[in-house]
Amino acid sequence: MSTALVSLAVLMGLATYPFRAVPLLAPGFERLPERAKLYLRLVGPSVLAALAAVNTMVGKSEDGAPAFRIGWEWLAVALCIAIVGWRRNLLVGLVVAASSIALLRASGVAPLP
Amino acid sequence: MAARVAEAPGSISLAASRRRLLLDSLGIMVSASGFGLVYGLSARAAGFSPLEAGAMSVLVFAGASQFVAVGYVLGGFSWFAIVLLTAFLNARHMLYSAALAPYLAGTPRLQRAAMAHVLTDEAFALAIAHFRRIGRADVRGYWLGAILSTFIPWNVATLVGVTIGGSIPDPARFGLDVIFPAAMGGLAVGLITGRRELIAAVSGAVIGVAVGLAWDPAAGIIAGGVVGPLVGMVVRPRAGEHGREGQLAFGPEPQHEHAIPFFPQRTEHAHDDPEAGLP
Repeated sequence: MSTALVSLAVLMGLATYPFRAVPLLAPGFERLPERAKLYLRLVGPSVLAALAAVNTMVGKSEDGAPAFRIGWEWLAVALCIAIVGWRRNLLVGLVVAASSIALLRASGVAPLP
Repeated sequence: MAARVAEAPGSISLAASRRRLLLDSLGIMVSASGFGLVYGLSARAAGFSPLEAGAMSVLVFAGASQFVAVGYVLGGFSWFAIVLLTAFLNARHMLYSAALAPYLAGTPRLQRAAMAHVLTDEAFALAIAHFRRIGRADVRGYWLGAILSTFIPWNVATLVGVTIGGSIPDPARFGLDVIFPAAMGGLAVGLITGRRELIAAVSGAVIGVAVGLAWDPAAGIIAGGVVGPLVGMVVRPRAGEHGREGQLAFGPEPQHEHAIPFFPQRTEHAHDDPEAGLP
């Protein structure tokens, strides 16, 4: 069994870990000024919304460049968000999102990505 | 050392919040399994051995950069380029770490070092929602979310994909590809407790897409996460919202005017509760 790429995995792990660890391990984060605390409080909604939007709306064109993606996936994600806002239940939202897009694809209305 | 605040009457209990955490984890678990399978299949197609694919899932544990690595190895790119791109793609984790750091300041350093390794998009989303619901850190809850929802499913699915191979149907046929963005969007909604959070979320999404289209999706996510909060900070909260800062992300509305302070503060009596903030 080949093991050559295990070294690459170690290097990739070493390149990733500092981003995950440095703020958690740096001293003094519990004594941040109020403005900094407010900023960090807003990171959560901001970065999660960016993740959702970029993953739904930014695709790749045929030449590999980023391209605006319009598709039924928008509807599925919006359905989940609406259900979470209404029922406060993420699991139900995810089930509805996945099953609606699966149905649309099975019926040929939405193409497979 | 424990870090906690007294929970305000009417707030969600630790047990109730953990139950919510587990429920939220279920959908993410399905998503991680689906994409772990696809990663395993891709790695197999690119000639990775099960050990190599598994090592990448355990040591890197970051989906996007693992997929890129598979493509770059297949394309014959240098390791230097792959490692550099990995760092770029995973730089957003610094935002997650910084946002969780004030909660976890009282947790032993060695444990924080271990927690950092499993800090993914999903682990952050589940943890920040859970911590905000209870108004303090819950290290056991963090591990539950990170390990159960993502680490185990991702690694098991990687091994299944790389060993069993092409007999597995495309996860997109079952709509599993929309679970990740839907989960991130749903968890973002759960963190919106006022005008500032709403503006920060909308700004993050718009800036993310704009930069993602102009440059690169990974850069878009970082830009949205960095600039979105700045936009949110310039917005004045509505009258009455000051007291709601840190209000429950999910679950019942507080039945009182006084909210749980958002960041945990050490109390003189924290040692009275051996469960406080520690697993």
